[in-house]
Order: sequence, then structure tokens, then C-alpha cells
Amino acid sequence: MEKFTQHTGVGVPLRRSNVDTDQIIPAVYLKRVSRTGFEDGLFAAWRGDETFVLNNPQFADGSVLVAGQDFGTGSSREHAVWALMDYGFRVVLSSRFADIFRGNAGKAGLLAAQLRQEDIELLWKLLENEPGTQVTVDLEQRTVVAGEHVFGFEVDDYIRWRLLEGLDDISLTLRHADQITNFESARPSWKPSAQPV
Amino acid sequence: MGNTLAEKVWEQHVVRQADGEPDLLYIDLHLIHEVTSPQAFEGLRLAGREVRRPDLTVATEDHNVPTTPGPITDVVSRTQVETLRTNCKEFGVRLYPMGDAEQGIVHIIGPQLGLTQPGMTIVCGDSHTSTHGAFGALSFGIGTSEVEHVLATQTLPLNPFRTMAINIDGTLPDGVTSKDIILAVIAKIGTGGGQGYVLEYRGSAVREMSMEARMTMCNMSIEAGARAGMVAPDETTFAYLKGRDHAPTGADWDAAVESWSQLVSDEDAVFDAEINIDASALTPFVTWGTNPGQGLPLSAVVPDPESFAGENDKAAAQRAIDYMGLTPGMPLREIHVDTVFLGSCTNGRIEDLRAAADVIKGRKVADGVRMLVVPGSAKVRLQAEGEGLDKVFSDAGAEWRLAGCSMCLGMNPDQLAVGERSASTSNRNFEGRQGKGGRTHLVSPLVAAATAVRGTLSSPSDLVTSN
Repeated sequence: MEKFTQHTGVGVPLRRSNVDTDQIIPAVYLKRVSRTGFEDGLFAAWRGDETFVLNNPQFADGSVLVAGQDFGTGSSREHAVWALMDYGFRVVLSSRFADIFRGNAGKAGLLAAQLRQEDIELLWKLLENEPGTQVTVDLEQRTVVAGEHVFGFEVDDYIRWRLLEGLDDISLTLRHADQITNFESARPSWKPSAQPV
Repeated sequence: MGNTLAEKVWEQHVVRQADGEPDLLYIDLHLIHEVTSPQAFEGLRLAGREVRRPDLTVATEDHNVPTTPGPITDVVSRTQVETLRTNCKEFGVRLYPMGDAEQGIVHIIGPQLGLTQPGMTIVCGDSHTSTHGAFGALSFGIGTSEVEHVLATQTLPLNPFRTMAINIDGTLPDGVTSKDIILAVIAKIGTGGGQGYVLEYRGSAVREMSMEARMTMCNMSIEAGARAGMVAPDETTFAYLKGRDHAPTGADWDAAVESWSQLVSDEDAVFDAEINIDASALTPFVTWGTNPGQGLPLSAVVPDPESFAGENDKAAAQRAIDYMGLTPGMPLREIHVDTVFLGSCTNGRIEDLRAAADVIKGRKVADGVRMLVVPGSAKVRLQAEGEGLDKVFSDAGAEWRLAGCSMCLGMNPDQLAVGERSASTSNRNFEGRQGKGGRTHLVSPLVAAATAVRGTLSSPSDLVTSN
């Protein structure tokens, strides 16, 4: 995973709350067996509408999505994170994320940063009044800088550390393989096995 | 201070605890399907890793499978299923493929095989894994990276969840089901209300429920934003499990029951949040909007967006009403549907089929309405056929299908057309969930059956009156 310390890019105002993962990427786009190429499915249903924000050329290079409350609810599909990243997003800002989405984002290297709703509203206004505005997200300082505004954000400490270091979860866990083996040897014998009975 | 059920199960599975780091939790059972696993296996292959515990891993084919006989015709869907088969073979994972007697929706077959047991940790790359919590298991959906992590290590690094008690007391009136309860709970706390929580369903109404009714309720915990839903195991749980293929036997059974019997929230346990529901006051519940929290009693009318507090909720309601093609003030009972879908991991079990068959028996599906009845597993299908339920549905004019996820999500041939409206026993009414442009009303199996007969959203009591 690539290290994430700071990112600067065009902010995209997505003035919608409850953006579920079926909207981020509809099920029909989940059929690939590869890890990349999901950008065409991103917000597929909404992109048919020419007034949708991503269809505005001024946001074409957007990489910081500013979304409404409860972003990423619904299905656990990690493809939602991949679609956002394949499209070019590195950061999503919202005042509340669905748990699974936030976890998935951290693992793939997408920063899901939680701001206060009033700060999101301010960002929306700023980005709508001045499309193309650059937003700088600093993970070390936990700040979002846009125009003259500086906002703080919240992010889980552990996810932050992993993003900053670019660490992959599996290697981290495998450092404790002995403890896993010890745990396994103490499991009750009646716990089920999936092997044929 | 005592512990809650969720805390007890958590404690029993901690492999490692360290300050400032998530707990490393052992996973007892990992369920796999074709959609969220290919990239995880690919990751293992690239890193030269093995599946640590193939014996604790089970795979099935469900999301993409057609529910009419014959092979998968969609090339991409077929590739996904074939990839699963190749991966399971290469890594030694037990797979129940299409055509197998045990194939079915992943959350139906776990309990059916007796693999889902109290006190376990169960994960799957599917948010409706919360279903298995009905047994007192801590069971939740994960993303594909986590699938890879569990395949490689049989563990997950996790931060503890908060706990919320959902106290449901009183006796459910006739015609009201656990589906109505969970829709009412979600409408009450909202789609984000359960964020970060494990919900524990408690109270006399829950004790009276069958295992299948409990599964329906736990299944939709995720729609309230919760990671998991749980019900403490009791005699009903043990009776359901006894004799199933993978359930313990002999002395193991006794040891297991003794351990399972400890899995209740202590009397002095403190929940981080608590809500109370009076079951006796509930009536059939349906959704009118485009998220599972936008629901109301069937007797209500389509709400006026202006009645919502806050600009965001007003706008969300307006957008939902526009998408759904409804008018504020319109009685929900007057909404005509084109399709009725009975099935899914929420309501595709034998009791769901029986309840709907009871309503529809001797009646006909209304003109212009199509009804799909899709058993949740091959075994449920066989059992239903043994009871003659297939004939009840066919005689009424409904289509009797093969097992799969079917119309719950627009991923296989069973989909709504643009503008088409359904009454569906599934779990999500998001825009386009059942097919691009499709409109979904979530309902119980009883409401689904009555709606099929009348052609408008209805409960069985509407049929009695009209006769």
C-alpha cells in the first residue's frame, strides 16, 4: 500500500446524504474478478444525469470528494472504495461514514476523514462558488485546508498510522502467528468444521 | 459490572490485545461467495500465501446464479462463478456449487448445515452476515481485503463495537412478523442509528420467536447501520441445532450446550444505548422510499417531504418520492405493484414460504402482477415441494424458481425493468437495487402474498374483508 501523508487536489461537492454503496457502484459492475478498472461503475446511475457534479468539466480532475452524512452505507462491497480510487479520488470527507466503508477505505489506502457537518456545508458552498478549488488534506496534522479555511478532522488512530506508514494488514498480523497457533490449540473440540461429515 | 452477550463472545475470541491497536479476533467460520472473494484469492496468490484454515471456510454460489434451469448465460457472471470454483479447488475450500443439494444463499445454508452455532465469530464478504447473530454468534460483514486477511490468518484486527439493547416486549398481533419489527426499528433509529453498534434483540417477543424469525430480524441489523445483531441462545436455538449435519453430538453436544447456556447478557450488564419496542402495538410495516429507514405502517399515507425536520431529510424524502413515482398523501394501500418477490436471505426460508402460501392458497395472483417465489436454498426448495407449497404458488399463478439471491439485487437475470414497482421481502430498497430504475417496497412475506392477490400493497386482513 502507498503511504499517505498529504494530498492536494480538486474538491468535488456531492450534496447528498445517505450515499449507499449501491449508488457508489451498482451491483452490475461487481462482476469483474480483477482488482482494477471499476471507475466506469462509479456513481453509474447518477452520471447519466448531465447535471450530476462529476459531469461538470470543472470537477473532471477531482480527487477529494466532499459528501453528505452517512456516506457508504449498505452493502459491504469493497468495490465501492476501488471505484472511487480507480476514478482518481484519494480522500472522501463526510460528517459520518458507515463502519464497513470506513474500514474498507483504510485498508485500500483511501482516506475517509470525518468533519463536522457545518464544515462540510461550508466546503460545499466554497466548492460550488469556486469550482476547481484545490483542497489540501494533511493526515499528519489532521487538517483540511481549502481557500482561507482550515478544518480539523477525525480519523481512527490505527487507520491513520497504517496509512501514514503504508502498512499492509496481513503482514502485521502474521507477525503474531505464534499467538494465533496458541489460540487455536485451546479452541473447544466441539467447534464445527466445514469438512464433510 | 457484568458483560453483554456481544462482549462475552468477543472476549472468548481475543488472540491478542495491545495498547493503541485493535484487538486481534479469531474467526470460527468464514463464509465465501463468488462476488467478494476473487480479488482476495488473487491477493493470496500474488503474495504466495495459503488459506490458513480451509476447514473453517465454506463457499457457495448465490449472487449470480439464475433461478431458472440451465447454465449462466451472462459471460461475466459465469467467469465469477468459475473463478470461485478454481479458487476453491486450488486452496482446498469446500464449495457448494449450483446443482448441489446444499447450494443456496450463503446466509441460509450456514444455519441449515448446523455450521452456525452460538458463541461463534462468523464473517463473510457480505453485509447480511448479521443474519447468523440469531444464534448468539458475533457475525458481521467484511470487505474483500478483510476476506483476504481472514483467509490468510483466520483472524481480524477489530476495534470493539458498542452495544445497543433493542427490547421488544409484548405479543405480536396476528399478521405481524419479525420483518415488520425490524422495519419499524430501522424507521425509528434511522439507517445510521446503529452505526458502530452490535444490536442485541431482547424481550418476551424475541423469546417467543422461531429461529427463522430471529434470523430475519438479525439479517436487517445492517440496514440500521449496525455491524451485527444478536439474540441470546435458548432452548429454541438448541432445538433448532440438534441433529443438524455439523452440530456437535454425544458428549460434545452436552459440553457445547453448557457453554452456550452462559451466553446471555448479565443482569447488571450496561448497554451503551437502549431502545424499547412494544410488539403488541405493531402493525404490518412497509417502506415508501429509497432506504430501509423510510418506512411506515401499511395504514399510513405517503409522507409530505415538508413534514421532515432538517433540510437534508426534506431533500432526501423529496428525492425518494420522485424516484418512487409517488404523491404525498396517497394511502400506501393504494400503491399498485407490477412484481412481487418472495425470497432472499431475509425471507427465503421455509417458514416464510409457508406463511405466504397460507395466504395465497386458493387465491390468484392479480392480473398484470408477476410473482416470483425463490427459495433461499436447494434444501428449502425440496422441503417446500415435499409440503406441496410449490403447487400452491403455481396454482395461484406465481413462478416457482430455483434457489439463489435472485431479485434481491440486480446481479442475475431476475431484475425489475425501468419504472417497474415491486413489493419485495428482501432487505434493500435503494435506487436501482433490483434493477436500474426499479422501485422497491420492502414488505413481510404475509404482505407480499396479500399484495400479489390484490395488486396493491395489502395485508392478509385486507383479503378477509374483501371476501
